[in-house]
Amino acid sequence: MTSFPTARPGAKKLGLVIDLDTCVGCHACAVNCKEWNASGHSAPLTDSNAYQADPFGVWFNRVHTYEAGEGQGSRTVHFPRSCLHCETPACVTVCPTGASYKRAEDGIVLVNPETCIGCQLCAWACPYGAREFDADDGVMKKCTLCIDRIYNENLPEPERVPACVSTCPASARHFGDFNDPASHVSQLVLERGGYDLMPEMGYKPTNKYLPPRKPAAPVATAPAAQTGATSSLLRWLDRALSR
Amino acid sequence: MKPAGSIVFFTTASGAGYGMLFWLGLLSTTGHLPGAIWYGLTALVIAGALVTAGLLASTAHLGNPQRAWRALSQWRSSWLSREGVAALLTYVPALLLAVSWLIDPHPAVLPALVAAVLAMITVYCTAMIYASLKPIRQWHNSFVAPFYLLAALFSGAICLAAVTGFANPAAAAILAVIAMLTGLAAAVLKLFYWRHIDTTAGASTIASATGLGHLGRVRSFEAPHSEENYLLKEMGFRIARKHAARLRAYALLLSFAIPLAILLGVVAGVLPVTLIVVAAVCAMLGMLLERWLFFAEATHTVTLYYGREA
Repeated sequence: MTSFPTARPGAKKLGLVIDLDTCVGCHACAVNCKEWNASGHSAPLTDSNAYQADPFGVWFNRVHTYEAGEGQGSRTVHFPRSCLHCETPACVTVCPTGASYKRAEDGIVLVNPETCIGCQLCAWACPYGAREFDADDGVMKKCTLCIDRIYNENLPEPERVPACVSTCPASARHFGDFNDPASHVSQLVLERGGYDLMPEMGYKPTNKYLPPRKPAAPVATAPAAQTGATSSLLRWLDRALSR
Repeated sequence: MKPAGSIVFFTTASGAGYGMLFWLGLLSTTGHLPGAIWYGLTALVIAGALVTAGLLASTAHLGNPQRAWRALSQWRSSWLSREGVAALLTYVPALLLAVSWLIDPHPAVLPALVAAVLAMITVYCTAMIYASLKPIRQWHNSFVAPFYLLAALFSGAICLAAVTGFANPAAAAILAVIAMLTGLAAAVLKLFYWRHIDTTAGASTIASATGLGHLGRVRSFEAPHSEENYLLKEMGFRIARKHAARLRAYALLLSFAIPLAILLGVVAGVLPVTLIVVAAVCAMLGMLLERWLFFAEATHTVTLYYGREA
């Protein structure tokens, strides 16, 4: 059914919190996502010309980098983009076959590869670019929030998180239940002012982004010229010791 | 948006076919059409062929066309599903109309009217597939559905006028006048549509897409990948926007200006009635270009993430 499921009491609302303050833009989440999903639930994530000119492949997670603001106040922000598992996503309602659906028990948005006809309308309906068409399989593919990890009892408990979360070296990605006000993710959103992307679209994303913190005031350092240091090593030492 | 040839052909051809069916249904009940069996069957077969060719072409766009039947199930929420259901339902009264025309030169009123109504409902569903998509501001506006309907009424009228010219020039002249009026209305609406998409900005910006607007002007510093991915190939199509002004002029000329001039000549008695065929072919080519532009000029909010306009 491509209509939205009715909310069940006690149902989970699983999703991610992405911390734009701590993301270092290493792309490890994107690479580990590709690695896990190329052999997991949505496998294979087709690549063509992987080692030649014009490589092309299906990815569920991408890391953009933006500049915001001007001059000293400007920031460079690394920005991972993946499915937001929205509460009212049109990618589900536009599906003519019922292959694109939202799960009642945890809110995860999935595609059934057995019934998808590959019309690609859901990719058009997603403002965030979360869905990519796999031309080899002829079906749409997307982030599954790693349903084959988070419920996988063959994995040790700490590893039952999405691949992108488990691999992030900066702990910029957090996974949890937004319906539980005491959960780690709910607390993070509350404390850090987690926000929605493109709220004007009305899709009500589940995933939240944490804004970059305000930069610390610049530390005043003694000008190197006054110390008479001539070599760059000494100037660096001078600066480092002056902090 | 990438203009897939199969979809451009589908919306244009089936639009014209449903338009023909609408005028056949409506005007057969008022007695304005020739009653000859060969005429009714030829017109219905051409309308059916346009519709069917378009529907078949649309399945060429699918990754798994053998599963297309599944698309009939989600009519509660999906305009694409509703379109499929409406398209199949329309065949029933259309076939009944054909059978009744075989029996009697004054075909039955009920299937004729039902076919006319269902034909327009199908075209409306087609339009709403696009008009319901919020991320694409060139589609998500109140011009799209009325234009799809007018385009179907115009192309259907001009195609039916071309066929009717061989049976009854007086009846063809009535259809030619209908085609001129609907064509004029469609051209004016298209001009308003183009002005609308040129002068209004989308609700979303790179600031709202990233949520970083509070820091100041946001711009893309580094793309996530060096080559074009599915999103940019499918939704970042840019060729048309470069040549938009010229292509729009060609679309107007082929769709409306030349065909309407020919129709005027025919109605005035200056040109032979068979020239409506030329007008119809010209209009269909123009509508193909117009529909290609409808896709090619559309932008998607996902390109905001890549620092592009949407």
